[in-house]
Amino acid sequence: MLLDALTLQLGYNATLVAIGAALLGISAGVTGTFLFLRKRALVSDAISHATLPGVGLAFIVMVWLGGDGRNLAGLMLGSAVSAWLGLLCVQSITRRTRLAEDAAIGAVLSSFFGLGVVLLTVIQTMSSGRQAGLDGLLLGSTAGMLWQDAAIIATGGAVTLALVLLLRRPMTLVAFDPEYARAAGVNTDRVDMLTMALALAVTVVGLKIVGLILIVALLIIPPVTARFWTDRSERVVAISGALGGISGFVGAAISASAPALPTGPIIVLTCFALFVFSLFLAPDRGVLAAYLRHRSFQKKVHLRQGLLAIAEHQPIYEPLTIRLLAREGLARRDGVPTAAGTARAAKALRDERRWQVVHTQPTYEAISSLYDGLREIESVLTADQLADIDEVIGGPKGVTP
Amino acid sequence: MSGEEFVPLSLTPILIGVFTAVACALPGNFLVLRKQALIGDAISHVVLPGIVVAFLVTGSLAAWPMMIGAALAAVVAVILIEAIRRLGRIETGAAMGVVFTSMFAAGVLLLERSDTSTVHLDVEHALMGNLESLIWLDAYGWGSVLDPIALAGLPPELPRIFVTMLGVIAFTWLFWRPLKISTFDEGFAQGLGIRTGALGMALVIVSAIAAVAAFDAVGSIIVIAMFICPPAAARLMTNRLERQVGWSVVFAVLSAILGYVLAGYGPGWLGGDNAVSAAGMIAAVSGLILALATMFGPCRSRTGAPIEA
Repeated sequence: MLLDALTLQLGYNATLVAIGAALLGISAGVTGTFLFLRKRALVSDAISHATLPGVGLAFIVMVWLGGDGRNLAGLMLGSAVSAWLGLLCVQSITRRTRLAEDAAIGAVLSSFFGLGVVLLTVIQTMSSGRQAGLDGLLLGSTAGMLWQDAAIIATGGAVTLALVLLLRRPMTLVAFDPEYARAAGVNTDRVDMLTMALALAVTVVGLKIVGLILIVALLIIPPVTARFWTDRSERVVAISGALGGISGFVGAAISASAPALPTGPIIVLTCFALFVFSLFLAPDRGVLAAYLRHRSFQKKVHLRQGLLAIAEHQPIYEPLTIRLLAREGLARRDGVPTAAGTARAAKALRDERRWQVVHTQPTYEAISSLYDGLREIESVLTADQLADIDEVIGGPKGVTP
Repeated sequence: MSGEEFVPLSLTPILIGVFTAVACALPGNFLVLRKQALIGDAISHVVLPGIVVAFLVTGSLAAWPMMIGAALAAVVAVILIEAIRRLGRIETGAAMGVVFTSMFAAGVLLLERSDTSTVHLDVEHALMGNLESLIWLDAYGWGSVLDPIALAGLPPELPRIFVTMLGVIAFTWLFWRPLKISTFDEGFAQGLGIRTGALGMALVIVSAIAAVAAFDAVGSIIVIAMFICPPAAARLMTNRLERQVGWSVVFAVLSAILGYVLAGYGPGWLGGDNAVSAAGMIAAVSGLILALATMFGPCRSRTGAPIEA
């Protein structure tokens, strides 16, 4: 059943929904990257919650005009208008008052949502009020979706994606270096507004599939996940889009494969699974990679300090050092050095002495700064230079008793 | 409006609304000043999975398991946010967004997958609450306020949120000085020997407790509104923290009462005959108060100086 869904064998509507979700995921991932890089990820939370009063008003107006209140295009239009108002409120609060952006976001989010809830209860009591269609917009529901709704979502996803691709250059510029962008003649405020408008478009298109409470996850989680895999901006954008697309597609497919699997939460949890995977297993920035790096560093430090202790005939108490020395065959379990250990220790001590000479000689000033207690001296000095230094240190001398 | 009608039907919801508003607004002042306002948002979202898990474990909708489950979920969320922020080197806002949306999604999924048809537990209820249903059936008029038999029939949410409010007031009062110092100058607070990390965590936990107790009565959306709107509006009224807290309490109480009255009686004035959601209206009124404050508040501008007329 799941395989059927993943290969688009579950009927026309499910296919359209899956494609729409994938397109939506890609545009959300790409748009979200710019919000994330501008450190404004949570503004989208205010936008998405602010759609609710617009949905309610659109429903009331459409019923009042004698139409079907659940017309998706009308609801989307209404939600876009009120989300835009919410966004303007956030901006005017942050610009005109001393409140920080997070307070503005929270205030707009909660009061708009509260107003929306009030409108929903009004609709409930209206004579024609079958509010059932509106509840689905909170958490997304694709079950029993009309063909034209699925078509609107697929088209909306595609249009948003096209716009994002069209605008990605100025958005990258502003996200990374707004000062430079301004100097280069880019109107950063307008680009910021465009980014927000795209986030708004994603929210509005995503209402029916993911729902207004969870759509913000599609704008936040893919960019955060993509950031683990690369440091290059174009790749963050591309990977984030891909992750969003995969989550949307797989999530929609899983949800279509069985009853009682709501689409929105499944898409978000798919996204979260990808995030957890990346958090732990990404190369370089992942937790596992960081842990391995830490262990290898720790091993180097302990071996080095252990060898220096052996060379100076000091006892070693640190159990980890002894264990590491023993594993390398440089010492026995009781801390007594082996022949190889003694030899390596003598070399380590000599290298320390060589470094001391390096520190004193102005010729080696640049190299001297490379000393960190772990670096192999052969990796920074040539054999000739080492020979010169050994000359300064000198060999063993006879002593008269 | 006679006492016979008002006391059983409106007194308890109004009191619960007021206590909730005050319990949330007090820690909200510090959260807004510390730029942690959205912690309230995150907490109120993760309460849902906590409640669902508590229900699945105990199989009942009793209050205490729910509260414990929700509080645990809030603590788990805070720990997860911090862990993701540190492990992944991600800014707080994004880490928060990852955690609360995922936990909320998990809660919704659990709810849909488990059989909760026999009990009243659904997402809409969690979001919007049902303040109107917390009526006091045993009351017969103002006299019943002093009548022990009638008092025994009070909705259990009322004493619970009242105790929570007292706890929050006690916390704010006891830790006033360290809270104030560490909010404005963390380095100085550390220099004085205040354990700012523990204090910050305590503030978040107190907020979580307030959110959970309030959630039980009024739903999560009003909780977010009460955490942020009254303190934010109060911030625009004055430069002194003492007065800001005072204003925030005034605003919180005002939005609770005004919101409830508008929701309950407003439609009647306009010719409708059905009340609208009180929780939603309270949130909307608090937003309206904030909007007025951003336009006319004496200390609204960034420099902080009162604007001369």
